Amino acid sequence: MTTPADIPVLEAAAVTKHFPVHGGQHRGRVVHAVENATLRLYRGRIVALVGESGSGKTTLARLLALLYPATGGEIRLNGQPVRRRSARAQRAYYRSVQLIFQDPFASLNTTHRVRYILSRPLKTFASNRVKNEDIDRQVHRLLERVSLTPTTEFIDKFPYQLSGGQRQRVAIARALAANPLVLLGDEPVSMLDVSIRLDILNLLGRLRAEEDVAILYITHDIASARYSADEINVMYAGQLVEGGSSEAITQAPRHPYTRLLLDASPDPDRAESDNPGGLSEDDPGEPPSLTTPPTGCRFHPRCPHAMPVCSTRFPDRTDFGDGQWTHCWLYSGQPT
Amino acid sequence: MTTDLLQIKGLSVEYDGDRPVRAVDNVSLTVRRGEILGIAGESGSGKSTLVTAVTRLDRPPARVISGNVLYQAEGREQVDVLALSRAEMRVLRWEHVAVVFQSAMNALNPVMRLGTQFADVLKEHRRLRRAEAWLRAGELLELVGIPADRVRSYPHELSGGMRQRATIALALACEPELIIMDEPTTAVDVVMQRQILRRAINLKRQLGFAVVFVTHDLSLLVEIADRIAIMYAGRVVELGGARDLYRDPQHPYTRGLRDAFPPLHGKRRTLQGIGGSPPDLRRPPVGCAFHPRCHAAFTPCREHQPPKIPVGDREVACWLHDISKAQVHEPHPEAVQ
Repeated sequence: MTTPADIPVLEAAAVTKHFPVHGGQHRGRVVHAVENATLRLYRGRIVALVGESGSGKTTLARLLALLYPATGGEIRLNGQPVRRRSARAQRAYYRSVQLIFQDPFASLNTTHRVRYILSRPLKTFASNRVKNEDIDRQVHRLLERVSLTPTTEFIDKFPYQLSGGQRQRVAIARALAANPLVLLGDEPVSMLDVSIRLDILNLLGRLRAEEDVAILYITHDIASARYSADEINVMYAGQLVEGGSSEAITQAPRHPYTRLLLDASPDPDRAESDNPGGLSEDDPGEPPSLTTPPTGCRFHPRCPHAMPVCSTRFPDRTDFGDGQWTHCWLYSGQPT
Repeated sequence: MTTDLLQIKGLSVEYDGDRPVRAVDNVSLTVRRGEILGIAGESGSGKSTLVTAVTRLDRPPARVISGNVLYQAEGREQVDVLALSRAEMRVLRWEHVAVVFQSAMNALNPVMRLGTQFADVLKEHRRLRRAEAWLRAGELLELVGIPADRVRSYPHELSGGMRQRATIALALACEPELIIMDEPTTAVDVVMQRQILRRAINLKRQLGFAVVFVTHDLSLLVEIADRIAIMYAGRVVELGGARDLYRDPQHPYTRGLRDAFPPLHGKRRTLQGIGGSPPDLRRPPVGCAFHPRCHAAFTPCREHQPPKIPVGDREVACWLHDISKAQVHEPHPEAVQ
């Protein structure tokens, strides 16, 4: 699976993010939201970031979008480290990297028509002054790209006149208006009705193929990640624990947490073979507090295979040669 | 003793307004003793309105237009829930029918210890003294895997998953025959969801209560439910055994909904969504509410609402299964197979 660009267009290199706690019993401590995470996005590929709520996946996306400064590590765009220096450099960055939010009811300004919503980024990011007719033509073109056709039917609507799926299409069109290299989708379908989620996922798939953008798809639903992404990264309590091709991660998971996540996911085919009555009472526990995270591998308190070393050191990365990798002592050779 | 615990007959609920919205339209469903009946539908399909009306937790502008809800407690006379007095309703609600909601944070009082909230119910319905009630509260929490000493905790001191399990424990307080769960696991993540479901199903086996499980997640329902009712635009469009309905859906909407969940295993292939959007119930489509999105729609679908048609041991509200109409019009082959 080699794409023309083997250089990642956007990369989080060993990025760490700690948030200070300002009040309450943990005052003065920090929330260890993302720890030493490396994630690479390539043109024409969808990379999924999967994890439970609170695992740090949104924080990682916001670091990539430059909404927060990283505590450690760096963000690289086209191989170049990004620094939040001037407003101008930041604007150039925002043009290349666009976010799509979870809630299209909140992310679109309710007092403006679609035409205005889409023409703003066209004007903001235009290299020189553009004529209004040109803007108008481009707005129509954007609507076509997200399949809101006939475009004349949608261009003068207000967000409240659109369904959830149509609104999310407008949000995607607005992101495309900047002509970005990267789209960061933070749970872009989880607020939508079940029957229209696929349409949006298929739209993202089409943008990947036709427009050659790099897409990050953040989700808690590993089945939808398998469906739409080329590659899946699994995050737990701020640490990336496993990554690889979508098929490898879902069919041959290595890390115990990935296995737990797959076992827990709804799977109607499972009901066919083994009886759900075989449900065990085993309590898989809950994710840890990130102000006082467990030492070593943060999954060790819940891990059925935990060894003494797991609570002392976070394991190095083990590569399996086919692109799959994990951070787990089970595969790390013999710890000393 | 009959096997039917709860019978909903021709229930319609409207939300008043300039244009009244018929959120539940002529729904008939039966809950059998000890079964898990799943109700699946998208937002706006009327599933939550249905269960709030059945438990009489509906508030204006919701209004029951017509129908009966017959409840047959073990060894008692059948009663019409919609005709009960407030006092009778109080008894029915905790002792026979209990409800678990999506948001545990809203279901529990944030300024009362868990034990106090359990004791309130137990003192009222079981005439327990305070010390006994707190002891029982601890036992109930242990049933759902929460240490008994947590009775002294406030809701905010528990994790989200624990809070949701605590509301299930609270629902079990008076050993009801029916527990209605309205999206009980939507606010927690998949690992916790699985654990809550395991607990709930094992408790159901031990204690023998029936469950009405409401969710938008059909793939989850197939794993846990005995029978499933699919709702669309306020009506039940298909009702049948969970596995059968999933393996061989008879209504085009059921088929579309099933195929909207990408599989975890098997071949990866491109799936198509249903297309279009659920209807605006202020202006429902004439005929079958699904026809604007249905690839198999033909003339009768645009004119008349389909009745419930028995197909094997299933009920399907779709003209494709009406022999007299379907034969003339030759529907899309894929939709009737």
